[in-house]
Amino acid sequence: MINRHSHEAVLAVLAALAIAVLALQSAEFLTPANLMNQGRLMTEVALVALVMTFVIASGGIDLSVGSIMGLSAVLLGTFWQKMGMPLPLAMVLVLFSGALCGLFNGFIIVRFGMPPLIATLGTLALYRGLAEGISQARSVRGWPEWFAQIGQGSFAGVPVQVWILLAAMAVAVVILGYSRWGRTVYAIGSSETAARFAGLPVDAAKYAVYTASGLAASLAAIIFVSRVSTTRSDMGTGLELDVITAVVLGGTSIFGGRGTIIGTVLGLVVIQALESGLSLAGIKGDGTIVLIGVVLILTLLASTFAESRARA
Amino acid sequence: MTDMTIDRPDAGAPMTGALRRVLREYGHELLVALAILVLLAVVGTINPRFVSARNMTSVFSGNAYIAVAAIGMTMIIVIRQIDLSVGALIGVLATISGTIAVSGAPVWVAWAAPVICGAAISSVTGVLVAYAGIPSIVVSLGMMAILQGGLISVTGGAWISDLPPAFLLAKMKVLGLPMPLVWGVVLTSAAAVWMRMSAFGRSLYLIGGNAEAARAVGIPVRRRIVAVFAIHGAFAGLATLLFATQLQVIQSTTPANLELVIITAAVIGGVSILGGTGTVIGASLAAVLFAAIGSALIFVNVSAYWLRALIGVLILLTVLADVMRRRRETRAGGH
Repeated sequence: MINRHSHEAVLAVLAALAIAVLALQSAEFLTPANLMNQGRLMTEVALVALVMTFVIASGGIDLSVGSIMGLSAVLLGTFWQKMGMPLPLAMVLVLFSGALCGLFNGFIIVRFGMPPLIATLGTLALYRGLAEGISQARSVRGWPEWFAQIGQGSFAGVPVQVWILLAAMAVAVVILGYSRWGRTVYAIGSSETAARFAGLPVDAAKYAVYTASGLAASLAAIIFVSRVSTTRSDMGTGLELDVITAVVLGGTSIFGGRGTIIGTVLGLVVIQALESGLSLAGIKGDGTIVLIGVVLILTLLASTFAESRARA
Repeated sequence: MTDMTIDRPDAGAPMTGALRRVLREYGHELLVALAILVLLAVVGTINPRFVSARNMTSVFSGNAYIAVAAIGMTMIIVIRQIDLSVGALIGVLATISGTIAVSGAPVWVAWAAPVICGAAISSVTGVLVAYAGIPSIVVSLGMMAILQGGLISVTGGAWISDLPPAFLLAKMKVLGLPMPLVWGVVLTSAAAVWMRMSAFGRSLYLIGGNAEAARAVGIPVRRRIVAVFAIHGAFAGLATLLFATQLQVIQSTTPANLELVIITAAVIGGVSILGGTGTVIGASLAAVLFAAIGSALIFVNVSAYWLRALIGVLILLTVLADVMRRRRETRAGGH
């Protein structure tokens, strides 16, 4: 058990250590207000990272999530303000279009056998380009009060989006850890050929993970627009790298076949704790990025080392 | 795996045989070149100012650094690796070079430093990939964070200004031609010949095509991987020289998504992400094609905001063609 989850254990210790040091450094860090605020800030990346865990565990990758987020934000503004749709309908359509973007990724990867890295590099450019072309650098403001609640309001003392995130986490844990679909994802990541011979629904599972990835990115876009009360076509730029960093830091193998939702959540917590804690300690955000890079490489070095020793 | 085929003597029809071989080996490169010519002809007819010497010079020499960086990236992708940190690396190297230039050191030191530092920094990535066994996509992701964050932490976001005129390489001319253009052509040709003719260059295709086989025939695969990362870093340094000396100031940030532009150039130029095929000529031509498309959109009054969507479609079509061709070849070869 300990062996199987050694990466998660290392991360949990790391997270606890980071939180302890930061709590000693700054009295503000462990206050409920700061913790809730941190939850608010990490929701968008976290939602996308949950699904990215599935994508990477299946041996794939999705670089286009940041662009889908930008496109979704732009479409939300366009549907609502330019085309005069009721906002709830616009939100549903945006979720639908995000899923459609993901489905298209799945289509070119499954149907044409394109490597996911390159297929989604292409759609990264394509979706961002559509966002830029549709928005023509204009932003949409003046969102109604109820809409702002999604990103800025609280329910029972916890930010609304954190409730959404917790629900998504629960669903992700169950599906990846305890369902046939989750086992199929791991099987594809370990050996796609073997999974096919075993009669597993390989194509359907791939379609599902990429579609879910697009859906998560568009949900994150709605929350983000609600939080910052504006839409811009460059929203979500670089999101893919933050998300992949969290997932990989969380112990999901970039080659597929291995990874857990708990690991990803721990990865997200470590990153968020470092970012907020260091900024409270007066270290600028850029120093934090360096540390995240170092932590990422060192964690992987440690876990590859541990693995090769376990094998020997 | 067209590059690995053994040359057959077509003694009967030397002309058509040679032509066919060029077409087979450089078909993709010719296609990209053709696309550039068609673009120039069509947009030039609509708006002659597009093909004016002035616009062409600014398009080609302003983007030559992407072509130069794409040379190194081509080698990286040929051996089935990737480097997401190259954009951040170019940003760091630009600041190193600029800092030396304003410090009063001889200008050649400011020019040599980014090439040497680029090779050194990129070798670290190479060692982590080759010897620690961490996938390059992850190592370079971490490197990107370290370089990007480190750059802004150290400089505090301050720009370097008052660069000495003798430092501004990109503004110089050789035989009346802009320096970046000359560099782009010379470096691309040299790298193309080297990758085609030298044992080292040819071994890269074998490593990318089948690393196990490469090891079996005695190629020191790990050392080669580190070497290729070092060479790639040196090319990033050369690209920096063309990029950072265009203006009087050097910003302490990198253009967003520069790494993706460089990777895209390599991919549209015909480098297969599956490893083992692709040439630096294609990558450089693709960089030229992007630059021309970006400029052409302005001249035919299409909002440049659509440029990225167009590039996305271009990537997908190119890779689709590559995947389809491989499938056909497998089917033809495997009965």
